[in-house]
Amino acid sequence: MGKRDYSLLGPDAQRAVETGLAAAEWYHTDVPRRDMKALMQRADGPAIRDTVILYGSMIVLAGIGIALWPSLWSAPFWLAYGVLYGSASDSRWHECGHGTAFRTKWMNDAVYQIASFMIMRNSATWRWSHARHHTDTYIVGRDPEIAVMRPPELAKVMLNFFGILDVIRFFPNLIHNALFGPTAEERTFVPQSEWGRVQRVAIIHGLIYAATVALAIWMQSILPLMVIGLPRIYGAWHHVLTGLLQHGGLADNVIDHRLNSRTVLMNPVSRFIYWNMNYHVEHHMFPMVPYHALPRLHETIKHDLPAPDPSIIAGYRQMWPAFKRQLTYEDFFLKRELPPTAKPYREELHQISPGTPVSSQPPHALPAE
Amino acid sequence: MPWTKACATDDIDTEDLIRFDHAGQTYAIYHSPDGAFYATAGKCTHEEVHLCDGLVMGHLIECPKHNGQFDYRTGQAMRAPVCINLATYPVKVEDGTVYIEVP
Repeated sequence: MGKRDYSLLGPDAQRAVETGLAAAEWYHTDVPRRDMKALMQRADGPAIRDTVILYGSMIVLAGIGIALWPSLWSAPFWLAYGVLYGSASDSRWHECGHGTAFRTKWMNDAVYQIASFMIMRNSATWRWSHARHHTDTYIVGRDPEIAVMRPPELAKVMLNFFGILDVIRFFPNLIHNALFGPTAEERTFVPQSEWGRVQRVAIIHGLIYAATVALAIWMQSILPLMVIGLPRIYGAWHHVLTGLLQHGGLADNVIDHRLNSRTVLMNPVSRFIYWNMNYHVEHHMFPMVPYHALPRLHETIKHDLPAPDPSIIAGYRQMWPAFKRQLTYEDFFLKRELPPTAKPYREELHQISPGTPVSSQPPHALPAE
Repeated sequence: MPWTKACATDDIDTEDLIRFDHAGQTYAIYHSPDGAFYATAGKCTHEEVHLCDGLVMGHLIECPKHNGQFDYRTGQAMRAPVCINLATYPVKVEDGTVYIEVP
């Protein structure tokens, strides 16, 4: 079987379109309309509460860190601040990008812009990349947000616990966006009407970073960078820890989120940082349900889903060996058992493997475990 | 274009919508919070997803796939990722029945 080509301009991208995998109709658990309407209802209260806690904590932690700087006693405060900056911003970017966190539009937009800056994502580009991720979740050549490609490059995965690769990729992209607008790949999913916005956002982000570096040089201290920029490195670990579990080791090129997404039960601190995205099958199946209603959605549809992993550790115990198997056999994936109450997987929908001409596919190409 | 019987007024909850298929086309019929009825094309202009599974908030319909929003009174695209406006159709209500003027 051929190797996967994850380029959005490559042969697997073309094949996904030709075979109907792109923009396909996905499996959904049946939920009565009345129940779904109740689950989809928006509210400002939970997100205002969480945002006040988040930004209030960041101000206090950074304030103490600055006051104790450069003593080592400041380190724990920076580490806590870093997680809120470099990891909680990922989930805020995500939820506010969907527009579901707050009921009020300007609140979603404001937190989205702040979080996009912190997590080093162009707020204009990534709104569209995430739309594609939801249209074509883990469809090779179509999804621009595949975290671990096959065969997995585990050294890169480990480096990204410190945000190293993300940051290394971010700044050249920022400069390209600021000078020329979206890259060629970005232009495959960002509509032309938004290219100017991509450029404006890149210029604004670039100016903030330039001002921060200038201040650090003037102060002869990295302290300004401890507040802005570096937390994306020293605080990234939590969003990578939780984010890898979203789809890691599971199927690609399928159109049933039960096969390519993972729900993991987590401790309350991680759920606050992650804003309940541990209910990831539920989120992908029904992206209109706000984060604060995902536990209720989970209770509503769990009869139709694989059992959630009971903890982060349990999730890694399952996922990491799958990554290692994929080093030598990249078609390997974890196919989790459905409960007897669930509707079965529709194997006939999942016969397309990347890197292989459609006509040569066996009747059932999924190597199940 | 002829008026076509779509549904009864009480088929749609207030601040909600239903799907209506006719002559090979799909439409969405809305019951607004102020009691009026509206009709639009049934699929999102972004990626052809049926709007009937979406959420009506005031005079907005939010697509269930990517959370794009339209004002269903005018069809105007209100929130990314939708950029193209939604087609709208005339509606009349007679004797508890909703009619829409469609091809």
